[in-house]
Amino acid sequence: MRFSLLLSLGTVSAAALRKVTTDDYVWQIDPFKCTQCGRCATECVMSPSAVKCVHAFDLCGYCDLCGGYLKPDANARSTAAENQLCPTAAIERRFIEEPYFEYHIDEDLCIGCAKCVAGCTSFGNGSLHLQIIHDICLNCNECSIARVCPSDAISRVPASEAYKVKGSWTNPT
Amino acid sequence: MNQKTKIESSHELRAASCKSLVNETANCDWKLHAFKYAKFIVFAVVFFLSTFTLSAQQQRFPKPEFDTGYEQPSPITPEPRALALEYFDVLVLLLVLSAATWMALKSRSRQGLIWLSIFTLAYFGFYRNGCICSIGSIQNVTLTFFDPTYAISLTALLFFVLPLLFTLFFGRTFCAGACPLGAIQDLIVIKPISLPKWLNKTLGLIPYLYLSLAVLFAATGTDFIICRYDPFVGIFRMDAKLLMAILGISFLLMGMFVARPYCRFLCPYSVPLSWMSRFSKWHLTITPSTCIQCKLCANSCPFDAIDYPTNEKEVVKSGLGPKRFLTYVLVIPLWVALGVFVGNRSHVFLSKANSTVYLAELLISHPEVRNDPDNIDVQTFMSLGKTMDELVVEAEKIQDKFYLGSMIAGGFMGLVIGMTLLNTVVFRKRQDYEPHKGNCFSCARCVDYCPVEK
Repeated sequence: MRFSLLLSLGTVSAAALRKVTTDDYVWQIDPFKCTQCGRCATECVMSPSAVKCVHAFDLCGYCDLCGGYLKPDANARSTAAENQLCPTAAIERRFIEEPYFEYHIDEDLCIGCAKCVAGCTSFGNGSLHLQIIHDICLNCNECSIARVCPSDAISRVPASEAYKVKGSWTNPT
Repeated sequence: MNQKTKIESSHELRAASCKSLVNETANCDWKLHAFKYAKFIVFAVVFFLSTFTLSAQQQRFPKPEFDTGYEQPSPITPEPRALALEYFDVLVLLLVLSAATWMALKSRSRQGLIWLSIFTLAYFGFYRNGCICSIGSIQNVTLTFFDPTYAISLTALLFFVLPLLFTLFFGRTFCAGACPLGAIQDLIVIKPISLPKWLNKTLGLIPYLYLSLAVLFAATGTDFIICRYDPFVGIFRMDAKLLMAILGISFLLMGMFVARPYCRFLCPYSVPLSWMSRFSKWHLTITPSTCIQCKLCANSCPFDAIDYPTNEKEVVKSGLGPKRFLTYVLVIPLWVALGVFVGNRSHVFLSKANSTVYLAELLISHPEVRNDPDNIDVQTFMSLGKTMDELVVEAEKIQDKFYLGSMIAGGFMGLVIGMTLLNTVVFRKRQDYEPHKGNCFSCARCVDYCPVEK
C-alpha cells in the first residue's frame, strides 16, 4: 500500500513535472484589455490596492488641458482641487516649458481607481494606465482582482517580464 | 462611470465639430472651383479625413519637442520578489520539515516543536503572508492538468510534493511544525474539549467534500476556493475584508476549545496527508519503551487522535460485527450511486460560481440588466463586442465540464461516506494506547505526558 501511494505521488508529480516551469509567475494587467471599471481599487487584498497608475511618459502629449488630470465638467479652467479628477490628488503636475506639463503619479496616494486612466484613454493618448506594482503585490496564488475583472485583463505572466507598460506606442493588432 | 460617458461624449462632440469644420472648408472650395474638380475635392476630403482618423488611432496629441532639451523620464517598475528567494522558501520548508520530523520521532521534544511552530508562524505566516502554502498548491497542481495554458512553477510543485513525501515516511510532521495554519491554531489551544466519536467522524468528512469542490473549481478554471476562504491568511496579512476577518477570529476563538478546528474538519490537504500517514513507514510513538496503560496520554491529546486498547471479549459477545460489515459493503455502491445523483442534480447550481456561466445565465433570464449602467460585468461584455451566441457557447462548454466533474466528485463523496461507515465496524486489535496514524498531527503533547522513562 505504501508503495502504491508512493507510486501515485510519483505519477502525479512526474506528470506535473512535464509542464513545470522554473520561472515564477506574477499577476499583471494588460492595459489594452483594461476597461477601467474601477474594481482594482476595491477588490485587491491590499488596502490601498497594489494596482497603481503608471505613466508612460514617451506616450504623453504633455498637454496643459489633460483629460486624466482635470475633470471634464470642471467649473473653471484651473488646477484647483475641485477640478482634479483624481480622488486622492495623487497626480502631480510639473511645468516643463511652454506649453508642456508633465504628470507624475504619487504611488503612496494612488488607489488604482482608474478614473484618470479612463480620462486619458478616452480623451488623450492613453499614456496613463494601470499596472500591478510588484514591490507591493503579495502575489496571491489566485489574484482576487483577476477573479472579478470583467474584461479578463489580468493574467499570470512570467516574473522575468513582470510589466506590460505601454510605451513608444505599440498598438496591439 | 458617469464621468467616463461625459468624457466620451465631449470627445464625440469635438470630433463632430472637427468634421463640420472640414466639411465647411470643402464647401468653400466647391464654390470657388469648377464642377470638374469635384472628384478631386471629394478625394482630397476623404484623404484628409482618413489621415485624421489614422493619426487619431495612433496618437491624438503629438509627442512634444522640448526646446530646453528636457528628457522624459521612464516609468518606474519595481522588480517582483527575486526567484532565488522563492527557492529559499523551499529550502526553509525542507529544513523545517526535517527539524519537525527529528523533534517528533527522534528527540521527542514538545518544547522544540513549539519553538518550531513559532518560527513557522513568523516566517511562512507573518513574513511570507501565508502565500505560497502547501494547502493551496493542490489547486496549482490541478490547474496544471486541466489548463493547457498554465504551467506550474517548480516552487509550487515542491510545496505540494515535499510534505506528502515526508508524511509517507514519518507521519504528519508537516502539520506539527511546518504549516503556518496549523501553527497558529496549535499555539492557542487553551482548554480543549473532547468531542464525541460520531461527531468527530461526521465532521471529518468535510475535508473530503472541500477537497473535491476545490479540485472541481480549480479544474474548471472557476476559482481557487482554498485560497479565497482561507480563514487565517487575513490574520497573516493583518488586512482582510470584514467577513473574512470575522471568520478568522471566530476560528481562533473556537480553536481555544476545539483544538485545531480547521486542520481536523476543513483542511483539504489533510485528506492526502492522512492517507499518506496511515501507511507511513515510521510514526511518532507515545511511549519510548512499553506502555503501562496509565491513560495519561489519551487525556493529553486535544485532537481525540489516540485510540484506546480494544476489549476483544465485548466484540465477540455482541456477534454483530460480520453481519454489519457485510451490509455496509453491500451498501457502498448505493452510496456511490446516490453521490453521482446528487452531483448530477447540483452541477447547474455549482456552475453558477463560474463568472462566464453566471453572466450568460443572467443575460438570458434577466435581459433587462442590459440597460443597467451600474452592472459593470454586463456593460463591459456589451462594450467588448462579443456576441451573445459566443458567450453561450463558452458557458455551455464550462457547464459540460461541471456536469462531468460534479458527478465524479459526488461519486467520490459517496465512496468516502460508505468507506467511513465500513470503518466503524472493522475490528482492529489494539493492546496499548496508540496514536491514530491518520489523524495524529505528531504534535508530541502525549510524549510529554508519558511517564515511562527511556
